Amino acid sequence: MTTTTTGRPLSAERPSSRIAATVRDGSAVAWRNLIALRRVPRLLVFSTVQPLVFVLMFRYVFGGVVSPSLPPGVSYVDFLIPGIFVQTAVFGSMNTAIGLATDMQTGLMERFRSLPMARSAVLVGRTTADLARNVFVVTLMTAVGFALGFRIHAGVPAFLGGVLLVLAFGFAMSWIFAVVGMGVGDPETAQAAAFPVLAPLVFASSAFVPVATMPGWLQAFANHQPVSQTAEAVRTLVLGGPATGDVWQALVWDAGIVAVFAPLGVWFYRRVV
Amino acid sequence: MERAAVSVDDLSKHFGSLVALDRLTFEVRPGEVFGLLGPNGAGKTTVMRILTTILHPSAGRAEVLGHDVVREAGEVRRLIGLAGQYAAVDPNLTGRENLRLIGRLSRLARSRIRPRASALLHRFDLTAAADRPVRTYSGGMRRRLDVAAALVAEPPLLFLDEPTSGLDPQSRNALWELIRELVSDGTTVLLTTQYLEEADRLAERVVVVDQGRLIADDTPAALKARLGNTVIELDMGERGRAVRAAATIEGRLGETTEMDGSRLRLPCRNAFAVLRGILNLLEADGHVPRNVTVRESSLDDVFLALTGHRTRAGPGAGPATRGGTE
Repeated sequence: MTTTTTGRPLSAERPSSRIAATVRDGSAVAWRNLIALRRVPRLLVFSTVQPLVFVLMFRYVFGGVVSPSLPPGVSYVDFLIPGIFVQTAVFGSMNTAIGLATDMQTGLMERFRSLPMARSAVLVGRTTADLARNVFVVTLMTAVGFALGFRIHAGVPAFLGGVLLVLAFGFAMSWIFAVVGMGVGDPETAQAAAFPVLAPLVFASSAFVPVATMPGWLQAFANHQPVSQTAEAVRTLVLGGPATGDVWQALVWDAGIVAVFAPLGVWFYRRVV
Repeated sequence: MERAAVSVDDLSKHFGSLVALDRLTFEVRPGEVFGLLGPNGAGKTTVMRILTTILHPSAGRAEVLGHDVVREAGEVRRLIGLAGQYAAVDPNLTGRENLRLIGRLSRLARSRIRPRASALLHRFDLTAAADRPVRTYSGGMRRRLDVAAALVAEPPLLFLDEPTSGLDPQSRNALWELIRELVSDGTTVLLTTQYLEEADRLAERVVVVDQGRLIADDTPAALKARLGNTVIELDMGERGRAVRAAATIEGRLGETTEMDGSRLRLPCRNAFAVLRGILNLLEADGHVPRNVTVRESSLDDVFLALTGHRTRAGPGAGPATRGGTE
């Protein structure tokens, strides 16, 4: 092979706009992340086993205690599954931090930074791949839920709307953890930093138990944080009832989180000490 | 005059109070292999990261093929390839997938990506392993893939950051051969190394960097000639005898010596005359050396003379005997 390298390199194509560049490069990076998911099955197994354990544990261990405090006519499994969806999306977002921190540690990030690719592509590719993983996990948890007695009460379109809301929330959370991953730079620290933040968000919420059983000061927090508001919105979409207000609140959270953390993440990526 | 491939002008980089680079100035000519030589922590990787737009300089400026690395970073990224000292390839992708990913991210036309990946895999002797995940590769294979990845877009300027550190002699020689082929294609190569042998074998010109400062800028041959192209080594058997012999030689012949345990080293130009003088002198004193070596001076000797200290690994050791990261 002979190369003619005196003049211009091969990279002649320039995308028409910044958005086109982001989509094109972001999808290349997402493709790469999804291959890793397929080729290293433990990555996927870990993110499915954990919600499976949670759903079984809450259904059979805590179900009896929680049931009496539920609204009349609502079974615990119907209450629980929307909460499990949201919890899955929240814990899954840790993978965004771990994945990006790993890329920083291996030096792959340095190579990406030296390439003529969109500055947002590495982050967009990662959060998009994590979104795809969430689609898989939520589908699986729906099947598991059905096996355990979960039923849709307000029609399939509303249920699918609920699933989209869960995915949107997971995507928003991924951007928070993109910033965490870029900030800490190594996977172990990313994981250690994430759990103490995520655990109170998930457990001091309406994901698994009705907020009314909590002490007053905790209710104030639990009622107004995004995990509860998303869980409530999804629950209303599944069980029936006026959902519009809850859904809007959840969407505002998602939009707000992305609006703050996506530019911050890209700033971290561009930041050249 | 032909435009410089790389032009570094009064470049400084501080990390807090640490001065990583201290007013570095040098130029790389188009089509040459240029070596950036120095021990661990000298600042070589910092230079590379600034030139490849990964870091911003604190002061001074740098241009790559006429483009400012800060203001025209996007343009610079189109013209360069980078292979780092860490094999920055994705371990979960196959070799072929890695090259295709870089091809897509380098904005190659889709129709060119496949043939380009295949050609590079062939050229770097990776065809048989092309469709295996990279985590199954040996260190040498990873490093070859890393260099191949830097070449996907056929950049006119290639940055190689310690390309052979940690490789066995066979892999190192194979990589050196590839780098020489690249240069015959017209590619300009800027390589960093802490292996003096590597700079000597590959680079037409070197700058020597120590503690962020440029201490020499020349051809390897001229650097060696500056010092005297021959080195006499006398092994006196024990340190006490070496000290006495050094005093005698310096006092009576006016030649400067460097001591290393029981050994004395004298860089010189006319080794024959100097050696005869020394041996006569020492014999008269009853201090005959246990062993005498006369050899061509290496860049290691140059480095010692320029900086007052050795490269960390000491003289004579080849790249293969140490794993180096910075």
